[in-house]
Amino acid sequence: MRREFLITTAAAIAVGAAPVMAETVTIATVNNGDMIVMQKLSSSFEEQHPDIELEWVVLEENMLRQRVTTDIATQGGQFDVMTIGTYEVPIWAAEGWLEPIEGLPEGYDVEDVLKPVREGLSYEGTLYAVPFYAESSMLFYRSDLFKEAGIEVPEQPTWQDVRAWAEQLHDPDNELYGICLRGKPGWGENMAFVTTLVNTFGGQWFNNEWEPRIDSEPWQEAVGFYVDLLGNYGPPGASSNGFNENLALFSTGKCAMWVDATVAAGMLFNPAQSQVADKLGFAQAPVDQHPKGSNWLWSWALGIPATSDAKDAAKTFVIWATSKDYIELVGESEGWVAVPPGTRTSTYERAEYEEAAPFAGFVLKAIETADPVDTTAEPKPYSGVQYAGIPEFQAIGTQVGQMIAAALTGQMPVEQALAAAQRSTARTMQQAGYPK
Amino acid sequence: MAESTSATATVGAAPAGRSRRRSRRDVNTLPLLAPSVIVLLLWMIVPLGLTLWFSFQRYNLVVPTIRGFAGFENYEFLLTDPALWTAMVNTLLLVGGVLVITVVLGTLLAVLFDQDFFGCGFARLFAIAPFFVMPTVSALIWKNMLMHPVNGLFAWITKGLGLGPIDWFADLPLTSIVIIVAWQWTPFALLILLTAIQSLDHEQKEAARMDGAGPLAMFWFIILPHLGRAIAVVVMIETIFFLTIFAEIFVTTSGGPGLASTNLAFLIYMRALLEFDVGGASAGGVIAIILANIVAIFLIRAVAKNLDA
Amino acid sequence: MDRKLREKLLISALGWAAAALIFFPIFWMFLTSFKTELEAVATPPSLFFTPSLENYAEVQARANYLRFALNSVSISLVATLLALLLAVPAAYAMAFFPGRRTKDTLLWMLSTKMLPPVGVLVPIYLIFRDLNLLDTRTGLIVVYALINLPIVVWMLYTFFKEVPKDILEAGRMDGARPKQELLHILLPLSLPGIASTGLLSIILCWNEAFWSLNLTTAQAAPLTTFIASFSSPEGLFWAKLSAASSMAIAPILVFGWMSQKQLVRGLTFGAVK
Repeated sequence: MRREFLITTAAAIAVGAAPVMAETVTIATVNNGDMIVMQKLSSSFEEQHPDIELEWVVLEENMLRQRVTTDIATQGGQFDVMTIGTYEVPIWAAEGWLEPIEGLPEGYDVEDVLKPVREGLSYEGTLYAVPFYAESSMLFYRSDLFKEAGIEVPEQPTWQDVRAWAEQLHDPDNELYGICLRGKPGWGENMAFVTTLVNTFGGQWFNNEWEPRIDSEPWQEAVGFYVDLLGNYGPPGASSNGFNENLALFSTGKCAMWVDATVAAGMLFNPAQSQVADKLGFAQAPVDQHPKGSNWLWSWALGIPATSDAKDAAKTFVIWATSKDYIELVGESEGWVAVPPGTRTSTYERAEYEEAAPFAGFVLKAIETADPVDTTAEPKPYSGVQYAGIPEFQAIGTQVGQMIAAALTGQMPVEQALAAAQRSTARTMQQAGYPK
Repeated sequence: MAESTSATATVGAAPAGRSRRRSRRDVNTLPLLAPSVIVLLLWMIVPLGLTLWFSFQRYNLVVPTIRGFAGFENYEFLLTDPALWTAMVNTLLLVGGVLVITVVLGTLLAVLFDQDFFGCGFARLFAIAPFFVMPTVSALIWKNMLMHPVNGLFAWITKGLGLGPIDWFADLPLTSIVIIVAWQWTPFALLILLTAIQSLDHEQKEAARMDGAGPLAMFWFIILPHLGRAIAVVVMIETIFFLTIFAEIFVTTSGGPGLASTNLAFLIYMRALLEFDVGGASAGGVIAIILANIVAIFLIRAVAKNLDA
Repeated sequence: MDRKLREKLLISALGWAAAALIFFPIFWMFLTSFKTELEAVATPPSLFFTPSLENYAEVQARANYLRFALNSVSISLVATLLALLLAVPAAYAMAFFPGRRTKDTLLWMLSTKMLPPVGVLVPIYLIFRDLNLLDTRTGLIVVYALINLPIVVWMLYTFFKEVPKDILEAGRMDGARPKQELLHILLPLSLPGIASTGLLSIILCWNEAFWSLNLTTAQAAPLTTFIASFSSPEGLFWAKLSAASSMAIAPILVFGWMSQKQLVRGLTFGAVK
């Protein structure tokens, strides 16, 4: 790829002797697999558009978020394209920091984009970022172990079922743990999962008056269940296991079950990255009393800051990167299992994709049923499935996550942890001026 | 050898007083000191000034509608935080723990590597290497490759010995951070102390050895006092760095479980920066400076005599 | 002779044992960089496996190592030189012509480092934005020189104080003026100290991961950004991160080895004799 690019550039320089004003588009993106593929294939974009030069800044999620938020809020103007999520888009769009994405070309087919994703990236009806990939959450399990134990997993299991199965399959002497779940403190780590658990147990973060409800009964039940399940049937070190650690555990055959992001399906299914690629079973994320909000919705999207000095070039790029053509490009050069999941219905209608990714149907269903607005048993003032779409949530989520991790390690009883979390959240909300 | 030393001593004694008086009169130290001082002054005044200014403002990056004078609100919010006390205690424990390990190990290793043994040049380089690795990478290696209770090397070793795995980050979070940071910074202490040891007059050492001093006595009465100043400097510099340990905590425990590994820097990050609350972060910064100054005052009292021997 | 040899062997064993223990995690990291991702997280951890260079190839294909490395080298070197330039005269003045204010000045210098960077990020970002210093090597050089200046001054001060006063007296007796004294007597004598200080300053700049990540984008990004792009994505990454990190510390290790000689030479000139 690099050599092709160099040759193309050399040729372009030789042929285009007249000075071509190349516009530089600086792109900030996450270092996830799909984005890395985008970076790799971007040379094909540069070939098609010789007057646009792409510069990449690739960072880990938390660093990226801090970097781009600092820049966009101080009008630093350092980036032309930012990779942001369903959390940032509505907040930033309300501030007027993002360019509305309008005037999309005919072939783009914005209706093809899955509805929840489209809505999650819009503000007052206008799209402010184009989705690059989307994920929900689902249950992964070891089909071989379940078959041996004679357990059949329905398409929509319940948490009580899951607990029973974990108990049955938990075998720590042979380094097999009943279930692996996120435990590392963080608003996007353990709290993403715990929030879905709370949703499905009938709870919510804030009631309509913006009062935190963390010490309410659904929370007590949900967190109690979580601590019991993961504490008894989970691996040691669970309280510092995030997505990556659990992925490592499951890929090396240490977990019987795992509830986490749908993006893991592709990784677990790949024999080069997983020892259990041929023993994989899929199901929807388990539910409890309340049927909604049990699987989350997250999308990484490409947005253009209002301070960009190369808006048209940036727009050309983001349209290219999220188009059907791009998906086809990935399918043909990287393999169909590697196409960015969760964004377009047309992807899921392709036979090649179904063939390469048998889990695709589950992922599609999960995303389609994840509605950021209607998740909780009681009405709520915030949007978001696994988070509350307010700027203060990053801090609140992390603080509460710490308390729950403490309950998980047995440092304090669940009730005490939730009480502490409630107090700290109330403080933060008050400082931030809620109710507004 | 003995004669020339005494000769210089007598020769040196007489003019010393004269030259010292001369140097005070003739050498204006201002132009020598000025550049550093001015530059540091600017560097300190401007950000510090801005930080102070912001700490009295309501300034949240992502909520531009809230602006205005906040008085002491930001300070109040942080100072009445029930987590503040725990964070300060953790900070001091962290600093103290790593200091003790790095200075003790650093001194012992400096003595060891001062000896001339086979391949000591290479060995020295290996011993200094941990300081070359980026802190985030170190922390990730320790967390996932070494300390992980399931996949890590330590767990494999202890399981091989028949003991269970230690869940480092759940049961011993602060200790784990201390170990990781101490591993990174012992080379720093080693480097400074080693360079200082090598300035020790070999004649003194020879004389002591000829007087029959064993290695322990040598260490205690000759080497250690000589290293006094170097140790003091190591302590001062390391303290300044350890008061703001952040990357290691961020990567491994995120301050948890609970608040067990949250230090002041991480608390400020959680309370303010995660929300992009610049006002709060600035107030936190000022509180951190005040705390650091208090620690420094105590430290000075403890090591001051060693600074100018 | 026999006893001396035995002693030397014992000390060698001890020294190498210590060095090996300390170096072990880095060795493990090097080893991991040659494994596949799956091998990297498998238990039991394997010491023997078929090594492959795929991680290095992938790392190099993904990000232009050379550009990041050159940025790191230029930024670290220039920042260190700048810091030394400012610090040497200051340390000289404070070590040999101490005044009433010397200790206070030293302490004040160190206190400028007490502000946690997380607290001061936005003000600095705003200043840099207005001065057009964002994403420039110059901007980063200035920041690094300034944040390391107190350390450099302190360490130089320490090493200058180690220089026996007699030698300088002798020089002064011979009529040397302060500038000559500084350049021709002091500097050569304290070269190991200056070398250590320089090396430490370079390392601090090389590994500095807060300002470098926040103040640069594509042009001036040093190796810390390069490494950050391999850290904690959604997916197995430890083998690639080990490869990237190995590539990042290689230049420093080489540089450290080259400056070994300087660090080793003690003040055993015997200039007194």
